Amino acid sequence: MSAAAHIPSSTKGEGGAQEVRAPAGSRWMAYLLLLPGLLWLGVFFVLPLVQLGAVSLQSRWPDFPGYYYPDLNWHNYVQALTDYGPHFARSFVYAGLATLFAFVLAYPLAYAMAFKAGRWRGIMMICIIAPFFTSFILRTFAWAQILSDEGWVADVLNALHLLPGGQIINTPIAVVAGLTYNFLPFMVLPIYASLERADPRVIEAGGDLYANGLTTFRTVTLPMSMPGVLAGTLLTFIPAAGDFVNMELLGPQRGKMVGNVINDQFLAIPGGYPIAAALSFTLMAAILVMVFLYVRRFGTEELV
Amino acid sequence: MGDLRDAHGDLQLESVTKRFGDFVAVDGLDLEVPRGSFFALLGPSGCGKTTTLRMIAGLEQPTAGRVLIGDTDLTGSRPYERPVNTVFQSYALFPHLSVHDNVAFGPKRRKAKDADTRAGEALELVQMADFAARKPAQLSGGQQQRVALARALVNRPEVLLLDEPLGALDLKLRREMQVELKRIQTEVGLTFIHVTHDQEEAMTMADTVAVMNRGHIEQMGPPEELYDLPRTRFVANFVGQANMGPGTVEGTDGDYLVADVYGTKVKVKRSRSQVQEGSLLFGVRPEKVQVSRTQPEGGGNDVMGVVKDVSFLGVATAYLVEMPSGTIWSCYEQNLDVEPIDLRPGDQVWLRWNPAHAFAVAPEGALQEAAR
Repeated sequence: MSAAAHIPSSTKGEGGAQEVRAPAGSRWMAYLLLLPGLLWLGVFFVLPLVQLGAVSLQSRWPDFPGYYYPDLNWHNYVQALTDYGPHFARSFVYAGLATLFAFVLAYPLAYAMAFKAGRWRGIMMICIIAPFFTSFILRTFAWAQILSDEGWVADVLNALHLLPGGQIINTPIAVVAGLTYNFLPFMVLPIYASLERADPRVIEAGGDLYANGLTTFRTVTLPMSMPGVLAGTLLTFIPAAGDFVNMELLGPQRGKMVGNVINDQFLAIPGGYPIAAALSFTLMAAILVMVFLYVRRFGTEELV
Repeated sequence: MGDLRDAHGDLQLESVTKRFGDFVAVDGLDLEVPRGSFFALLGPSGCGKTTTLRMIAGLEQPTAGRVLIGDTDLTGSRPYERPVNTVFQSYALFPHLSVHDNVAFGPKRRKAKDADTRAGEALELVQMADFAARKPAQLSGGQQQRVALARALVNRPEVLLLDEPLGALDLKLRREMQVELKRIQTEVGLTFIHVTHDQEEAMTMADTVAVMNRGHIEQMGPPEELYDLPRTRFVANFVGQANMGPGTVEGTDGDYLVADVYGTKVKVKRSRSQVQEGSLLFGVRPEKVQVSRTQPEGGGNDVMGVVKDVSFLGVATAYLVEMPSGTIWSCYEQNLDVEPIDLRPGDQVWLRWNPAHAFAVAPEGALQEAAR
C-alpha cells in the first residue's frame, strides 16, 4: 500500500538516495521491541481466531443439544449465508450510509478546524473528543431517549408531517443516525490531520494557477486530504458494519444487522456457536475483500 | 472576468497600503515596473515585501490603493482572474500530482488544448523534462525549485512573482540558479518581480532594485546606483557595507561640502550629499578606502587609525581599522602584488579615499534606527 514510503521526502542532491542498511545490532533491537506486541497479538488475536475458525466448522451432537464435536462441517457457512444473507446486506447498507453521512458532516467540520477556526480550534477539538469520556453504550442510550416517541425530535418531525410511520425510534433511520453519530469522530480526526498537515501555500497555488475556489477544492485540497478520507471511511465503515449496539438500542425488532445475529447466536440460542463463528468469519472476509477493493480503487501511496 | 487575464503592460501600484490590525505592513507604496524588466524588492524580513508581492498576486487585498497592469485595474480581483503567477518560497508543488501534471495544471484550468505540449516545453526550458513522471517528493530542493518555476512560466503571465525562490538552496546551487533565472527571464521576456532579503541576489539578477524598509521604499534604482550613491542610511548599510560617521557641515569648497567628523575635516560632493547644511552622516564604501603606512601626499580626506584585524580573502585583504572616534572602518585592498601588504593588528596606518567617492545622507534615519 505504500510504494512511496521508501523514498525520503526530501532527497538532497541529484538521483535517488542510497538505502542505508541498519547495523545488525539495531536490527535485533527492533525485533526485541516488536516482541511484546507480537506476543500480545499472538495470544489474544491469532489464537482466538484459530479457535473461532475451528468452532465455525464444528457439528452438534444430535443427542446433546448445546454440545459439539470437532469436524469440517462447511454446511455451517452455507446455512449462515442462506439464512442471514439479508442481514449481511442490511449491515453493509447501513454502515455504508452511516459512512457517507459521517463524511458529509465531517469534511466541512475538519476543514473549518484546519483552516478557519483560528483560536477556536482547540475548543472544537475538545468538543469532538469529549464524547469519548462517556461510554459508547451510555451515549447510545441517550440517543434512544432523544429519538423516543416522547422526545422533541419526534414531536418536531411529526408536527411537520415528516415521519410517515409517526415514529423515529425503532426505525432504520434511528440506527443509521446512531451509527453516524458514534463513528463521526473517527471520520473527523484523520481528515483533520491530513488537512492540517497540508501547506496552505499549496492551496493558494491552486488559486494562483487559475483555479477558482471550487476547482481548487476539487483538484488540490480534496486529493491532498485523500489519505485522511480513506482512513476515516475505513475507521467508520469497518466497526459500523459489525456493530450491534445501535441496532439493539435504536432499531426495530425485526430486520436486524449481522452483528445482532452473531450476538444472539452466541448468547441467546442454544447450540448457536458454530453458526455464530461462521457468521463472524464470513463478515470478516467480506469486509476484508471490500476494504481491499476500496483501497485499490481510491488508495493513495501514503496511506496513514 | 476573463478580460482581466488579457491585461497587458507595465505593473503599477498606486499608493497601496496594507494594514493587519494596528500593524501597517505596507504604507502608501507607489511603484511602477516597466514591462519585461527584472525587478527586485529587497529588504529585511517584516519590511512588507512579501505582503506587496501577495497583493500583486491577489492573495491579499490592499486596505487602500490600486494595483494595475497597463490600464487594467486588478484591485479586488481574485488570484485566478489575474495574469500573474507566483513561484512560492516553499515551492508549494501539488504533492499528489506528477511533475508534468503540476506544470500542466495552469494551462488545463485555462482550457488550453495544447496544455501537455506546453508543459513539456516549460520543463524543457528549466531542464527538468527527464523528471516529468516523478512526484515532487522524489525531487531534490533545486529540482523542485525548477518545477515551481516551470509551473508558473508555462502560463506566460504578464507578471511573474518570485518569493525568495532561492532561499532554501545551498550557496552553490543558489549561484547557479541566479544565472539560470536571469537567462530564462531574458529568454521569455516577461516581467519578473523578485522578493529577497539577500542583497547580493537582488544585485546579481535585477535591472532595478527597490529597497524596502518598514512598509515603504527607501530607494529604487539600478544596483550600481544603489551601491554607489545610497540616499538613506538604511540603504547604505543594507546594500553592501559602508564606513560611516556623523558630522556637521562647516562650509563649502567649490563643488564640495566640508564637514567635521569627529574633528577630521572631510569633503563630499554637494551632488552626492542628501544634506546641504547642519548635521549629516558621512560615508565611504570599504573598497574605495586605501590603506598605507605613511601619510599620503596631498592631504585631506585622510585619517590615521590603528589596525584591529587583517583577513586574507584571496583576491583581496580585508582590514578592520579603529578610527580616532572609536568607530571601526573596514577596507579592502586588492592583492595586486605577489606579496601582500605586511600589516599586523596594532600597526598605525593612514586611510585615504578620493573625496569624489564619498557620500552623505541625512542622520534622521540614524535616529529612527536607534529609536527602534
